[in-house]
Amino acid sequence: MEPVTMAKAINLSLRDALAGDDDVLVFGEDVGTLGGVFRITDGLQKAFGSDRVFDTPLAESAIIGICIGLALRGFKPVPEIQFDGFIYPAFDQIVSHVAKYRNRTGVSMPITIRVPFGGRIGAVEHHSESPEAYFTHTAGLKVVAPSTPGDAYALLQSAIADPDPVIFFEPKARYYLKEEIDTAKEVPIGQARVARGGSGVTVIAYGPTVGIALDAAKAAEKENISLEVIDLRSLSPLDMPTILASLQKTHRAIVVHEAPVFGGFGGEIVARIADDGFDLLEAPIARIGGMDTPYPPARYEKLYLPDVDRILEAADLALAYG
Amino acid sequence: MADVVRVVAADDPVRPLFSPAGELTADARGTLGLSPDELRDLYHKMVWIRRTDQEALNLQRQGELGLWGPYQGQEAIHVGTVAALRPTDWIFPSYREFGMGMCRGIDPAEMLTLFRGLSHGPWDPRRYHFAPLVIPVASQVPHAVGMAMGSRFKHGDDVVLSTFGDGATSKGDWHEAMNFAGVFRAPVVFLCQNNRWAISVPLAKQTAGSIAERAQGYGFPGIRIDGNDVLAVLAAVRAAAARARQGDGPYLIEAMTYRMGPHTTSDDPTRYRSETDLERWNVKDPIPRYREWLQGQGLIDEASLAAINREVETAVEATRNRLKSAPVPAAGEAIFGRVYQHPPDSFLEERQEFESSLESN
Ligand SMILES: Cc1ncc(C[n+]2csc(CCOP(=O)(O)OP(=O)(O)O)c2C)c(N)n1
Repeated sequence: MEPVTMAKAINLSLRDALAGDDDVLVFGEDVGTLGGVFRITDGLQKAFGSDRVFDTPLAESAIIGICIGLALRGFKPVPEIQFDGFIYPAFDQIVSHVAKYRNRTGVSMPITIRVPFGGRIGAVEHHSESPEAYFTHTAGLKVVAPSTPGDAYALLQSAIADPDPVIFFEPKARYYLKEEIDTAKEVPIGQARVARGGSGVTVIAYGPTVGIALDAAKAAEKENISLEVIDLRSLSPLDMPTILASLQKTHRAIVVHEAPVFGGFGGEIVARIADDGFDLLEAPIARIGGMDTPYPPARYEKLYLPDVDRILEAADLALAYG
Repeated sequence: MADVVRVVAADDPVRPLFSPAGELTADARGTLGLSPDELRDLYHKMVWIRRTDQEALNLQRQGELGLWGPYQGQEAIHVGTVAALRPTDWIFPSYREFGMGMCRGIDPAEMLTLFRGLSHGPWDPRRYHFAPLVIPVASQVPHAVGMAMGSRFKHGDDVVLSTFGDGATSKGDWHEAMNFAGVFRAPVVFLCQNNRWAISVPLAKQTAGSIAERAQGYGFPGIRIDGNDVLAVLAAVRAAAARARQGDGPYLIEAMTYRMGPHTTSDDPTRYRSETDLERWNVKDPIPRYREWLQGQGLIDEASLAAINREVETAVEATRNRLKSAPVPAAGEAIFGRVYQHPPDSFLEERQEFESSLESN
């Protein structure tokens, strides 16, 4: 197969899901005629008709709220929230109902909420946020964030097939990266992957920061420092065995995400390692992320976001420790 | 139910000014009481904000701005609204009301720093009684109602103008705000700029009913008017504001217009709409329409039109120069400077660390 972008891989995955199951519905703001502001749903309305792929009024709370009724009626809704920063009006529906409906009723809620997230696209306010920790903190939801076209295709298949609700975060800065994909390959929810093997320090990343972690590993190699990069893919559930196996080798870890560090998802990773792998550690675990400020205006985002230098510096400190 | 409708109809000072089709009647036009200078100034301002819009589009193409959301076609609403209000009446805009901000006296070069990626909110809203541009759709509407409730609680004689697009009227925030306004009889004028599109979603897919008529359900009047006639907008907002000012509560104006440009510079409208619609609306372009009216009244001649154009060109050039020569604020201040009034120590430490890392690089 020709190399495809992550945007195209998600499009193909939606296409295959729509073709494979008449109960799959795709909807949201501008997803029909326009094919989405990122063109992720391009051509789907034409192929499957406007009863299965449709534009909604501008109303995130209702876009998610109707998923409950549709799911009760036997559908598998795959709504799109146009940008990370516009998921908040839907927060009540997600937290109070999507996450808890099964616990209340015993009825499954096979809902996959797609959300382009993260920064580094030079956007205006509310278009570059990383709200994943709000959702990983909510029981009843699964939360995933692929970083490659192949994983995006396969994880979306897993998410749509999952009887439980999944928040599917798409790293929009990586939408246009290309790769050959194998649509037969399965990626179950809850499995991390080692994106690059190494022995010195484990760098744990997901979604938009995987690329930076890999760049850092390449740069470190020139200084004879070996970084192992773990791409979590799934935040909730979290694949601790893969993380601990890596720490058996490296005994040092760095966690990298774009979200602010305070209260960020990295805190959960570090706490789990402290619980399950305390004896493996030979240095404190560094957390690298956005600052504890609102996402800044575009001109300053490169300074705000994690970068290769910050990872290398943390790796040096971890290796020099003790 | 019937009672509400009757009360609403009885105290509606806006409706008598308009034909059933939403056109300002000739009588009402004749009794606006504006001087020739004031009438010419409305024209001058529309030309000025349109040229600034075009300039911003150019600046975006040249890479000087990250994004631009054109308001071409909606100038009559921007100019007419501000002219109808007192400078102390607050305006709560969404993101497309750049022209309103200009009419309120905010330096366009300063406002453009938002689109240049330098600031999330370049002006102090209290100075201009002009709230920040707000991107999450409809989220600003309750803010306006709160301000209006506050004005009532403090026995102020100011009113508040809340403006938003047709898409915004689908949001819960919008409905909640409308309901509060009715319940608290808040002195607020709701102004929907119905430009018939929410990015690619046309009006017919946004709502199956009328926006203006929803006001009745909240216990106050609403009207649909021609939003491409600057005097119609001015007359409607002025009458609705006067009504609110005297304590009779909120009003909803649905100003019909058309988004002539793309949603923003990231948008490609050829994917979802045809040129014929544009041609139909071009005929109703608020600027030539008003110019012809002024000429018909003998209120403007070729010489003053040329003078206006010259003045506007000079102003736009000065805006461009101010924008390009404005210093880039230091990163520490831009990222950390305004987050807290009383920053926690940990926050100050993080800022210090950040700033010293900048120095060492
Ligand atoms: C809560 C929210 N959801 C989605 C968006 C993305 N978005 C920006 S503008 C827009 C359409 C708004 O349409 P309308 O309210 O009619 O205003 P117009 O752009 O036509 O001026 C959308 C969907 C947003 N800014 N906020």
